[in-house]
Amino acid sequence: MEENYQEIIKQNKAKKTAKTSLLYLGLTVWGIVVLFPFYWMILTSVKSYSAYNAEYVPKLYTLAPTIRNYIDAFTAVPLARYFLNTMIFTVLTTALMMFVTVLAAFAFARLSFRGKDIVFTFFLSLMMIPNELVVITNYVTVTDLDLRNTFAGLILPSVTSVFYIYLLKENFEQIPEELYKAAKVDGTSDWKYLWKVMIPISRPTIVTITILKVIECWNSYIWPRLVTDDAAYFLVSNGIQEIRENGFGRENIPAMMAAVVVISLPLVVLFLIFHKKIMEGVSRGGTKG
Amino acid sequence: MKPRRSGLRHSEWKAWLYLLPAILFLGAFLVYPLVDVFIYSFEEGFNFASQTYQGTGLYNYSYVLHDPYFIRALKNTFLIVIITVPLSTGLALLISLGLNKIKALKDLFQTVFFLPYVTNTLAVGLVFMILFKKTAYTDGMINVLLHVFGSPGVDFIEGPYWAKMFVICLYTIWVVMPFKILILTSALASVNPMYYKAARVDGTSPARIFFRITLPMISPMIFYLVITGFIGAFKAYSDEVALFGTNLNAAGMNTIVGYVYDMLYGDSGGYPSYASAAALILFMVILTITTINLLVSNKKVSI
Repeated sequence: MEENYQEIIKQNKAKKTAKTSLLYLGLTVWGIVVLFPFYWMILTSVKSYSAYNAEYVPKLYTLAPTIRNYIDAFTAVPLARYFLNTMIFTVLTTALMMFVTVLAAFAFARLSFRGKDIVFTFFLSLMMIPNELVVITNYVTVTDLDLRNTFAGLILPSVTSVFYIYLLKENFEQIPEELYKAAKVDGTSDWKYLWKVMIPISRPTIVTITILKVIECWNSYIWPRLVTDDAAYFLVSNGIQEIRENGFGRENIPAMMAAVVVISLPLVVLFLIFHKKIMEGVSRGGTKG
Repeated sequence: MKPRRSGLRHSEWKAWLYLLPAILFLGAFLVYPLVDVFIYSFEEGFNFASQTYQGTGLYNYSYVLHDPYFIRALKNTFLIVIITVPLSTGLALLISLGLNKIKALKDLFQTVFFLPYVTNTLAVGLVFMILFKKTAYTDGMINVLLHVFGSPGVDFIEGPYWAKMFVICLYTIWVVMPFKILILTSALASVNPMYYKAARVDGTSPARIFFRITLPMISPMIFYLVITGFIGAFKAYSDEVALFGTNLNAAGMNTIVGYVYDMLYGDSGGYPSYASAAALILFMVILTITTINLLVSNKKVSI
């Protein structure tokens, strides 16, 4: 009897271990599916051109890594230019967006004016408008204003995000109103109160919004493609497409992969540093695309 | 002494001043274009250069709906939607259930699984392309694997339609999974553990626990993902460009959004009226599907 009991416990344990290992196996398989493209891009980027083309069956490793492709990526195509453009675009768009968002969120959260609820509801309803609908007129507007192939044309239509106004307004409202009233009694102006009190307190949310916007800017492709056809104004996404179609000669895949690594790196580094914040921010309401 | 009203007005003025930048940006780049796109779509024979048109009517819609390129794009988009939304949602649910069961390495897995979200889809698309493409030098990694299993292999990028559809669906799923896993994992983690404890005391089978407790508890989130998944997949475009290049019509892999942009810009561009009509047709399709989704989910969730 006693032995039987032990046997059952043992069996149960074995079953559980088998189940757990299967679980880890499954998760690892998906992990490989996710990571393999990254591994392949780095691996290919350090293979030399001749070695890559000599491998009819691609090797899963290389014994002679080279940085030649990275040099090619920066010299044969204006990768540094694309990079710089994207940085300028990202920084200016995010800064402008933050400025607009902070002011609007403050007005909705703390100031009182007639028609506030109606205006706010109207703002929220704008969230439903898909980008694809407005891009057509924006393209015509920017073309008419002669802003194609300029940073203004790239940046201005990319500034607004109603969702972030909503997010920050919710955050602002959690700051006790007494603080505002006390500041008013002290004679602190709204402007000063906003910058000295509200923004420092809401820093975590502001950082989250900033990171999400930076990711969006870094990856944006459709709008930049529409308004730039001069390579001097290409962002990295357009740059990569240009490299693919006319770059190194279509066959120099290792150099192409080196460019891909360079382009992907900033966001991966950003992700490794801020992954908790990014994941939290996305689950609070970001969507892709 | 000043009357009180003017003081109030002063603060109202200030509030509007704070809102002014947002109103200007939203007005110029969101509200005005929205109105304008409707107008464009009804203006017939619009000429981009002279900004004139010949008449108003439904001709643009009829042109788009009879354009074989549009029909093709419609078919491609619907196929991508029907294949990727259920598959990615189901797979994400499976993975999230697995993540929810483990303790060790959970954070690591979650972080790794989220990685595709932050990557440039055009850049990583190139990696998928070289993995699946046959060239003069190599059959590509995936085809080499297929050879091992005795298959002759196929060019997924410039080969038959089904192969191209396969690889685009695979890449789309790869791209959308991080968001779905993230949402479902946090939904699963927020289910009250008391329910599970009570079920275990009652000796309920795991399958029954899943269908009677877990699934009903997270069903609002699943429906949220299905709805956003449908909307996102109907707008598919960048992933296609990443794999097949900018000339999607030649590759036979264009999507509705791709058709809109091709009409607007590029070699086949200069027709904002056709682009507007196509964009509005897309919007109508998305609106209809989302409404159906909402109706179905309201019924299901309330049970």
